[in-house]
Amino acid sequence: MPIGNGFKAENLALSIRRCIKLVSVEEKVPIDIDEVDKDFVDMVKKAGGPNIQSCFQCGTCSGSCPAGARTNYLVRGIIRKALLGLKEECVSSPELWFCTTCYTCTDRCPQDVQPTEVIKAIRNIAVQSGYMLAPHQKVAAKVVEVGHAVPLGGTTWENLREKVGLIRVPPNASGNQWAIDEIQKITKKSGFDDLIGYEEFMKAEAEKAKKKAEEKAKEKAEQEAKEKAKEKKA
Amino acid sequence: MTKKPTYYHFLGCVIPHRYPSVEKATNLVFEDLGIKLLDLVGASCCPAPGVFGSFDRVTWATISARNLTLAEEGGHSITTGCNGCFASLWDANHELKHDDELRDAVNENLSVIDREFKGTIEVTHYVDALYASAGLEKIREKVTRPLEDVRMALHPGCHWMRPKNIKKKDDSEHPQIFRNLCETSGATYLPYKDELICCGAGGAVRTADVKTALDFTKQKFESIEAVGGADIIVTPCPFCELQLDLGQVEIQKFFEKEFRYDVMHIVELLALAFGHDPDEFGLTTHLQYMQRKIQPNWEVLGIERPQPEDVAASE
Repeated sequence: MPIGNGFKAENLALSIRRCIKLVSVEEKVPIDIDEVDKDFVDMVKKAGGPNIQSCFQCGTCSGSCPAGARTNYLVRGIIRKALLGLKEECVSSPELWFCTTCYTCTDRCPQDVQPTEVIKAIRNIAVQSGYMLAPHQKVAAKVVEVGHAVPLGGTTWENLREKVGLIRVPPNASGNQWAIDEIQKITKKSGFDDLIGYEEFMKAEAEKAKKKAEEKAKEKAEQEAKEKAKEKKA
Repeated sequence: MTKKPTYYHFLGCVIPHRYPSVEKATNLVFEDLGIKLLDLVGASCCPAPGVFGSFDRVTWATISARNLTLAEEGGHSITTGCNGCFASLWDANHELKHDDELRDAVNENLSVIDREFKGTIEVTHYVDALYASAGLEKIREKVTRPLEDVRMALHPGCHWMRPKNIKKKDDSEHPQIFRNLCETSGATYLPYKDELICCGAGGAVRTADVKTALDFTKQKFESIEAVGGADIIVTPCPFCELQLDLGQVEIQKFFEKEFRYDVMHIVELLALAFGHDPDEFGLTTHLQYMQRKIQPNWEVLGIERPQPEDVAASE
């Protein structure tokens, strides 16, 4: 099984509005250079990648990249496409999400392009354009919901804390609803809730949970009915 | 008498919620060294730099700035034991001090909760706090159980020292500070080729595609194997620790390859070297040990434990 299989559409449907599929380098068709967005470079510069135009395509970034060594992710290629104004090519590419932000390219780039920042900026524009992976939407929603990307998550973990001699609930947002309220006010104000589709997501999650509970109740009722019938027979 | 160095202790998510042994070991080690840690009450997710920073830079900076304002109110700098938390808080603090446009956007968002980023504190990692506030000399003095003959592979991780031109801490191609700190424990540094590659978990990759993330980790383990294997792997980051520790269980599942390394956060290594009993901070609660139902390699660590028979006899 090839690495990066998790990005197959059936495993990881892109949430919100659009869906992208992983295509291997060999299968890719030539890019249509006619479809250029002249504002894209400025968008990248503004979104946090101000040095993108210093790139002279030496490839030190991709040569240093541990993600590129095992996936189709090619920093140099994405930067070149961005400089050509190929916005849609850049933002719809699932490989964009293979960067672990290790900053090796940034430390080695002879032109101080800060490729990691450029990639993060393009990711910001991708999310604005409606491209977001489902697990990323989930983790973003978790921070809005409970203030933490990795939530404390119930008694198992509280018991673990107690076992090592700590108070069951730490003094971070997990034990302080006022802190979560503040986070929710911020993400509403900044437009983050709308960006990730927070309310729709939470509604869908609640719907899912409800359905699951109903199915469980139905199963239980059927089981009970069966047992009753058995008893009657006996 | 000089005043005790004091920091707000930023816990983050992974330390308090998944690796509480790191939180406890931090309390023990910092107390031994006379460094005071205060609770940063109501602190949220940092939020994860490669995750939130990839979604929306301004929201990332605002949530991070909110955490910074909590510390600004009390007037103490922050210390954190997570490379990710450190990256978010340090980067946001740095960018907000130098980018007026970002600062205005962030303060506009913060106004709805009556907060304002002022830029009055600094952000440190445990590594900085231990190195600067205690110093190698004082740390060596506290070592009562040197981990002699223990071969230690290091995983410094990425975000404590990179990007090097901005963080200006250590040479990210030849880092020394983390190694010097780890060597105070008495363990022997074991060089291996892929010491400086990423664990694979960052940048929202673990979240999106755990198998790809684990492929990085597997390369690291194979590189350690190529030099004859290590007795322990030490890291300054709980997310790297999770990836290296629990990752071994996951690698076995995904790649059918079995590795068996004890993985420790640097504060856990120091807690052992300072003579603390592993049960004082719950070393055995690492997720790898719990899921595989195994124990750390006590013999190699040079730690005497009651044999199971003895426990049964004493009960």
